[in-house]
Amino acid sequence: MKILVCISNVPDTTTKVKFVDDLRKLDVNGIQWVINPWDELALTRALELKEDASNAVQMVTVAHVGPASAEPTIRKALAIGADDAIRVNTDPEDAFVVAAQLAEVLKADPYDIVLCGIESSDHNGSTVGGMLAEMLEYPSVSCVSSLRIENGQPVVSREIDGGKETVSVPAPFVAVVQKGIAKEPRIAAMRGIMSARTKPIRVFEPKAIDGLTGVTGYEMPKPRAACKYVDADNAGQLIELLQNEARVF
Amino acid sequence: MSVLVFLENWDGKFKKLSFELVSYASKLAGMLGEEVVALSIGQVDTAELEKPALYGASKIISIEDGNLKSVDEQAYTALIAGTATQLGAGVVILSNNNNGKSLAPRLSVRLKAGIASGVSRLPVSVSPFVVYKKVYSGKAFSNVEIKTPVKILTLAQNSFELIENPKPAVIEKSTAQADAQLMKTRVTEVEKQTGKILLTDADIVVSGGRGMRSADNWGPLLEMAELLGAATACSRPVSDEGWRPHGEHTGQTGKIIAPNLYFAIGISGAIQHLAGISSSKYIVAINTDKDAPIFEAAQYGIVGDALKVLPKLVEKLREVKSK
Repeated sequence: MKILVCISNVPDTTTKVKFVDDLRKLDVNGIQWVINPWDELALTRALELKEDASNAVQMVTVAHVGPASAEPTIRKALAIGADDAIRVNTDPEDAFVVAAQLAEVLKADPYDIVLCGIESSDHNGSTVGGMLAEMLEYPSVSCVSSLRIENGQPVVSREIDGGKETVSVPAPFVAVVQKGIAKEPRIAAMRGIMSARTKPIRVFEPKAIDGLTGVTGYEMPKPRAACKYVDADNAGQLIELLQNEARVF
Repeated sequence: MSVLVFLENWDGKFKKLSFELVSYASKLAGMLGEEVVALSIGQVDTAELEKPALYGASKIISIEDGNLKSVDEQAYTALIAGTATQLGAGVVILSNNNNGKSLAPRLSVRLKAGIASGVSRLPVSVSPFVVYKKVYSGKAFSNVEIKTPVKILTLAQNSFELIENPKPAVIEKSTAQADAQLMKTRVTEVEKQTGKILLTDADIVVSGGRGMRSADNWGPLLEMAELLGAATACSRPVSDEGWRPHGEHTGQTGKIIAPNLYFAIGISGAIQHLAGISSSKYIVAINTDKDAPIFEAAQYGIVGDALKVLPKLVEKLREVKSK
């Protein structure tokens, strides 16, 4: 069995985002780029599955759609333990282009399990995994919080509103994964970092694919009104303010 | 042309979020000069099917195939796409919840329709079709232009008011069925929590952080939630420590919520936590550290020890609620 983990290259969570070009482009100055947090958890789970020989996972590959500047992030995934990597060499216009470029690669080189994070922490779209599944005509399960292989058959837990379902799904399929899929993201060890240097990154040139959407500009949130403080000794006054001023109950 | 809304039901009932979707669709249909059609998949009785008309749906289509009890993403997509195509729908609207996130991207490919997810406002303009949405986990917003003839929107939960706009309803029972060829997933077990207010549905959420100091101190917080009819939540360190269940973790990697009122009790407000709660209408912060970032996000604050402040709030609430 082969597992593909799709990874997004995003600004570190603590980044204070700023925009340039009349609020049309992200100011990349000083940004530290990381593997999207959910994708990192997906990679961790893929590696755990591979390490248990009974699962018969031979290969964990990471795939990314982006320019060469993303290679440090891809190397990080290799250092964490992926066997090899795929990069489609284009700066994608939107999520549809990302999914379509990945679909082109996967049609020529199929994987049994494709993992995508539930969203990327930049555009918060939650779309690439489902789009990719539809393009490949694979079944998909989203909001997946656990994945195991039972007698060669993938079994997942899916979060539903107010509960959880256990779902068995035939490979090949796409799992869109979220919190719970792995406990903690795995951190690269020195040996992994050394061996990552020589692991292959297969670079594909993009197919001509147009996006369906485009960002016309960004806006910063309006500052909230200053906090109104209530004295701790007189905490009950807070309830009065919420009731009579904010009128929230 | 029409605006198509996908309605989920929970054990045969629509929830508030379904009517938020119809309210939104109704306003959007007004901008476009079109009608709202709602699609329900699953077993829902006629009295319930009439409810979307209260918020402006002119037609409600119900697909009741018994094989559709749980969501198979491929089979559901085919049915929604089939309905959208048949109607010539220009816009398809789903919730940005678990099922919406599962279905909207597949629909986007099926219908060759650009998608904007997690929107909370009506489009900035309809020609070109531009919508405003949260990006960078709430640290900024973007205006997204959808360039395709058909558009898909997923609406952030609790972000749009219910607006009554009663219409005479036509209810159409559809004989459409799930395509057995597409039903490849099989649900083998379902666990549902009952009798508790769902975190993602709650109007008020009472949430505790490390400032609660141990799993044993949660009593007053739970009592406060009970008095307010609120759901309970927690920050990531709390669920990691096992003081509270993982399902209560709100934040970037946990649940993202937008209640009317959010109590952050003993939560410092790390950027990852704020990413999950910053769309709340009112945030109340209680923390010993006056410089904690949560106070920058909050409208009301108390600088003090959560364990000393909570009993006072509970006492006052009991008094208020007994009146």
